Amino acid sequence: MSTLEVKGLSTHFFTRAGVVKAVEDVSFSVGRGKVMGLVGESGSGKTVTGFSIIGLVDAPGRIVSGEILFKGRNLVGMGEKELRELRGNRIAMIFQDPMMTLNPVLRVDTQMIETVQAHQKVDRETARQRARDTLGMVGIPSPDERLKSYPHQFSGGMRQRVAIAIALLHQPDLIIADEPTTALDVTIQGQILAEVQKLAANTGTSLIWITHDLSVVAGLADDIAVMYAGRIVEQGSVDQVLDVPFHPYTHGLIGSVPSRNKRGVPLRQIPGTTPSLMSLPPGCAFKSRCERADAACETMPALAELAPGRFARCVHPHIETLPA
Amino acid sequence: MALYLLRRLTQSGFVLVAMSLLVFLGVYAIGDPIEILISPDADQIEKERAIRALGLDLPLWQQYLVFVGKALQGDLGRSFVFNEPAIQLILQRMPATLELAFGSMLLSILIGLPLGLYAGLRPNGALSKGIMAGSILGFSLPTFWVGLMLIMVFAVQLGWLPSTGRGDTALLFGIPWSFLTRDGLSHILLPAINLSLFKISLVIRLTRAGVRETMLMDYVKFARAKGLSPFRVTFVHVFKNIMIPVVTVVGLELGGTIAFSVVTESVFAWPGMGKLIIDSINVLDRPVIVAYLMMIVLMFIIINLAVDILYTVLDPRVRLEAKA
Amino acid sequence: MSATAAVPPVETPFRRFVSEFCASPLAVGGLVVFVIIALVAILAPWIAPQNPYDLAVLDIMDGRLEPGSVGGSGITHWLGTDDQGRDMLSGIMYGLRISLVVGVGSAFIACLVGASLGLLAAYAGGRTDSVIMRLVDLQLSFPTILAALMILAFLGKGIFNVVIALVIVEWAYYARTVRGSALVERRREYIEAAMCLALPTRRILFNHLLPNCLPPLIVVGTMQIARAIALEATLSFLGLGVPITEPSLGLLIANGYEYMLSGKYWISFYPGIALLVTIVAINLMGDQMRDVLNPRLKK
Repeated sequence: MSTLEVKGLSTHFFTRAGVVKAVEDVSFSVGRGKVMGLVGESGSGKTVTGFSIIGLVDAPGRIVSGEILFKGRNLVGMGEKELRELRGNRIAMIFQDPMMTLNPVLRVDTQMIETVQAHQKVDRETARQRARDTLGMVGIPSPDERLKSYPHQFSGGMRQRVAIAIALLHQPDLIIADEPTTALDVTIQGQILAEVQKLAANTGTSLIWITHDLSVVAGLADDIAVMYAGRIVEQGSVDQVLDVPFHPYTHGLIGSVPSRNKRGVPLRQIPGTTPSLMSLPPGCAFKSRCERADAACETMPALAELAPGRFARCVHPHIETLPA
Repeated sequence: MALYLLRRLTQSGFVLVAMSLLVFLGVYAIGDPIEILISPDADQIEKERAIRALGLDLPLWQQYLVFVGKALQGDLGRSFVFNEPAIQLILQRMPATLELAFGSMLLSILIGLPLGLYAGLRPNGALSKGIMAGSILGFSLPTFWVGLMLIMVFAVQLGWLPSTGRGDTALLFGIPWSFLTRDGLSHILLPAINLSLFKISLVIRLTRAGVRETMLMDYVKFARAKGLSPFRVTFVHVFKNIMIPVVTVVGLELGGTIAFSVVTESVFAWPGMGKLIIDSINVLDRPVIVAYLMMIVLMFIIINLAVDILYTVLDPRVRLEAKA
Repeated sequence: MSATAAVPPVETPFRRFVSEFCASPLAVGGLVVFVIIALVAILAPWIAPQNPYDLAVLDIMDGRLEPGSVGGSGITHWLGTDDQGRDMLSGIMYGLRISLVVGVGSAFIACLVGASLGLLAAYAGGRTDSVIMRLVDLQLSFPTILAALMILAFLGKGIFNVVIALVIVEWAYYARTVRGSALVERRREYIEAAMCLALPTRRILFNHLLPNCLPPLIVVGTMQIARAIALEATLSFLGLGVPITEPSLGLLIANGYEYMLSGKYWISFYPGIALLVTIVAINLMGDQMRDVLNPRLKK
């Protein structure tokens, strides 16, 4: 049984200006110890998907349909008290901006000890020990001193490590990481990625890595799901998808990576911009930017399995590049 | 920290000097100084004697120096009405005013903070809207009128509480305080409520705004993602963040409250500094006016300094900057 | 093929402001009440049952009558009479005039002075800015009531003196508000463009810069009117405001103070209600205006 199975998840925001369909009909699964890369640009719905799984979608949004099966239990419709027992305990989340994630007026040890004590009846000293050990695990030197410090006394990379440590305190089955390295230097990014990969492999934790950066996903993930305008447009194993992308959006994304472009030739771009999620045109959401669009794209394509384990939501996929 | 204190003290020194100049100019240069310092009933010979004795025939800058010299020794003139040193009159009445001011400050926090917290956590509820509407009333209602109404309802109609004056006092550190006796408490209640009304509204609005702003912060969402109970999220994470601006404002308002007590003291015939100044203005007892002004300025400076120091204690981010 | 959408009516900023303002029934209520009060004040000489300043019609035998009783001259005193036999209702109407004139007048003058200085400070920058802002800081750090008391102590009583005192105490708020928004607007491109066109400074300040600094100014102005009215009432109550010959609501309340303990509450109570209603109405309007014009709350 996979750690996480998402089936047909739809999360909408009911604002005064209209309904924003942030996540529409999203399905994927993550196996034990596997890393799923959820890729998309801002507004694609990847962050809201993450929040939907952990149950932190706030008004005016809510999950309107679908199931989220965590080790067989459906999280959709689960009571708040049960969800709280899972959060920080069996399912943990790491946020994007480490500066704003930690409470600036509370010490680091307070913020870690409270997480331990929220889910286990242990005394303060035991909780503090656990916090100390976890900090050591994520590579923070002199953890005893660090525990007594305040968040603003840490650098960005350190702060993110603390956030990761907090996520690991109860050895969760699933960690949702929402662009955790976006706000950090490239060198620190590399370090953190390596650490996380090692930890996941050692503890069997499943990982959902939400990002807009393909290069990050390439080195880290086992599977990849590409999101656009709230829907998954391509899914498959990371090697296959990145090597031979089917969907024109994925194709364009990979093609526009600078290292893939030839010197002296203008950089390839995807023309146009993401449509507003409140007034999506009927049919394929990408058609206004796609060179392959035609009348057939006026109806929303289904996420079809075009090759074993490879899904794409397109009627004109770049399937011709696949050997027969 | 020491350097910071030193800097603030020198700043305060400058302000004190500036204010002393203003007061001096106001009393000695504008208007007839003879009228100001000498009782209007004196005849010509007494006037001339007084002029020489008070050094009024000296040039202005010399008079200022004399003024400062005397002030530093604690001599700010003698009251016409009471024929006592003005400063003594003021110091005698200070405990009464301070009691009132601190009492109202306490009430504003005890009542305003919980109400504001509730209004911030459930902004759309009927009770919240009621609280906010009430807060508008709170800072709209002219204090003196509310005082009159309080007397009318509680003293005249219901007869529960005394209408005017200060009750029995008990000594603490050699100073008579009325809150230490039951009778004293019954006398202080109405004026304290009256004086606190404006500040209660202020605290409610501040707290509510702070709570609404803080709830949107990432660290609150992260705290929830860790599975912490809503109680802890509200009363530890949110509360500690909003306390800082609230305490600062209330502290700074203390000076204004002491000044504003002139109104409440007049309505309730409370024998504090405020009533003294009103009476003095009405009979033109100008030495007392001067002494009062200087005392108020001094108090303001001390309060501002204390609040600054308190701020560095409460907010760890500022504390370390002050050290640097 | 999408259907052609109907062209929406042109939405000017003013119209949007009005529609957002009207979203709050309380604010609209405040506006309506304020208009009524203003009308009553303006029309007082014609609609008041009695002229309270005309000593000829006063009969001390009519003094301290309860609300609803009929006086010697046959007028029904709906709100009772004061110790001199003056009809409370008329007194309140005339008192409203004084309160409003002083409150609105002082706020208006303070606005002119403060806004001009604030604009100047923001536009000129440098030394001018420093000096003006120091003055503002000094003014604002001193408690309002004390400053007003001191000024009146030295100037003496009288409507004109009260207005002066209020202006001195209030101008700083306007100056600070206008300076703040002017500093922001100054960097905008349309000001640069105006400067490139070598328009005279006065024109840039008043035709270009000022209109864009208006929203916070309107909010502050509205709230300040309420404060000014309350402050004048307080000062008059303390005996340092308007003279007895032209009583404002504050003075009327003061007159009734001594009768409260003997149960003749109406002499203080009704003027107080009138004062209260006026101030609350203005604050309700100001509160909604602030929410509507607050850029940070815009979604």
